[in-house]
Amino acid sequence: MSSSPPSAAGRRKWSLSRREAIDGYIFIAPWIIGFLVFTLGPMLFSLYVSLCDWDMLNPPRFVGLDNYRQMFGHDFRFVKSLGVTMKYTAMSLPIGVITSLSIAVLLNQRVKGLTFFRAIFYLPAILPGVAVAMLWKWIFNPDSGIINLILAKFGIHGPQWLTSPEWAIPAFVIMSLWGAGAGMIIYLAGLQSVPTQLYEAAELDGAAAWGKFVNVTLPMISPTIFFNVVMGIIASFQVFVSAFVITGGAGSPAYSTLFYVLYLYQKAFQYFSMGYACAMAWILFLVILALTLVVFGTSKRWVYYEGERARG
Amino acid sequence: MKSAPSNPETLRDPLAPGKGGRLLVLALLVFLSVVFAAPFFWLVTSALKKPDQLMAYPIQWIPHPFVWSNFSEGWRFRPFPLYLRNTLEVAVLSTIGSIFSSSLVAYGLTRIEWPGRRILFIALISTMMLPFQVVMVPLFKLFVMLGWIDTFKPLIVPSFFLSAFYVYLLRGFFLGIPKDLSEAARIDGANEFGIYWRIIMPLARPALATVGLFAFIGAWNDFVGPLIYLINEDHYTLSLGLSMFQGQYGTYWHYLMAVSTLVTLPIVVLFFFTQKTFIQGIAMTGLKG
Repeated sequence: MSSSPPSAAGRRKWSLSRREAIDGYIFIAPWIIGFLVFTLGPMLFSLYVSLCDWDMLNPPRFVGLDNYRQMFGHDFRFVKSLGVTMKYTAMSLPIGVITSLSIAVLLNQRVKGLTFFRAIFYLPAILPGVAVAMLWKWIFNPDSGIINLILAKFGIHGPQWLTSPEWAIPAFVIMSLWGAGAGMIIYLAGLQSVPTQLYEAAELDGAAAWGKFVNVTLPMISPTIFFNVVMGIIASFQVFVSAFVITGGAGSPAYSTLFYVLYLYQKAFQYFSMGYACAMAWILFLVILALTLVVFGTSKRWVYYEGERARG
Repeated sequence: MKSAPSNPETLRDPLAPGKGGRLLVLALLVFLSVVFAAPFFWLVTSALKKPDQLMAYPIQWIPHPFVWSNFSEGWRFRPFPLYLRNTLEVAVLSTIGSIFSSSLVAYGLTRIEWPGRRILFIALISTMMLPFQVVMVPLFKLFVMLGWIDTFKPLIVPSFFLSAFYVYLLRGFFLGIPKDLSEAARIDGANEFGIYWRIIMPLARPALATVGLFAFIGAWNDFVGPLIYLINEDHYTLSLGLSMFQGQYGTYWHYLMAVSTLVTLPIVVLFFFTQKTFIQGIAMTGLKG
């Protein structure tokens, strides 16, 4: 402020704001400590270790960018795991968005029994991952699983699903759709916050149901779609539990379910290549970040923000 | 609906489809919910079958007889009662930790004005983007050095410090509480901790319930943490025990499905009792982006 000696009131105000700053730091102290000890410290160490050869028993040996070179130049399993994960993301993300959005739109039609339907669709999304993976492994059982038994009723000889290199990823995608309720709930909340007047106006203009959906609903919930797409990318690049449980940690058959994080886990806790695992983690982080930025970058074209309100 | 427009056409709810549309929507919803419920049906009926019924062709939709003993036998196949106790211990303590840390931090970020709180909030939100795998190895090393491996501490202690997602969830709620309440208490001489504990916390009960619910279910379902940090079988949680069970007895589908049902059931029951809290909590996180 000014250089003149502060008045009594000014001093009191100053000491009040100082008091408040101290209080503020005391309240967020848990997070500061946690951030330093469990996030920032480990991050820096991880970055260093990614430049080392380290088995966690002997001291880390600095090798520069060798781990990264190894990954992209000589490790076909790394490339495979990246491919598996991208293929899975490319399939599950659009299908997942369409499924969860469609269900949300249906639920938003003021039909009876909303609570019941919502529960049925949402529940699978919060069940223990291990139990869910195990259930689907049994559902996809080629001989006695419910899917192939139903297909057989229609005279179709079902595929080998999780034990077939071609069908394993489609099986994972189908399994992920059972969790579409997670996105559905968020879309539903978005749909419910679209002002009814907009629909009334569209009706007066003679818009049919589809016209209302395309011209009112989609633009109004585009921020929600955006949010779900970003979260979906982050989640699908980190698939681990289902792949670990279903394949016993192997990523079989023929590495067709060797998801990126599964391979990372193998490198860390089966091969004890800690440096390599950390390098893989940083690449994962960069890929997620890059994809998120791409979505952000294109969002201006398809995400509608009502004035500046959404920024607040 | 609020005003009374003269045109009867606009009187009806614009979101409610016509009669034909309504029937179509209902039919679609019924069909989809049958599809979504089918895996549950398959889980429970498989859990009640004898091994030869599981493999029977054509498919036996309803088990005959109901083999209830699958549940008790599967449950005793491995020390699942012990795993249940371990899971409860971890889940309860880490839930307390999450409520403790997220409420304090959210209070500091919303109810006290001090420079830098916006930047700190952004930093906090950014940490949610960080994949766990980046810190996985160093954290493991840290817990080795602390002698915490094969204890529940790595699964509990961090929740007393870090809970970015829950802070984010509580923040919106805390911002909604009128400032005057705090000001009045300050004038009465209350200190910040008193305001936090006696005024804000009681008001925030619904939001805290949501945090508690999410934290409990998160801990109950957690697999990666127990997989990495727990070694001795006596320390396993239900999720970890279940996955090991399938590794060893992968063909005992009746037992696997029975135990999976038992591990899943508490979450199903909890959800049905707390559906409202749940849905509101999710909506809070999704919309405030």
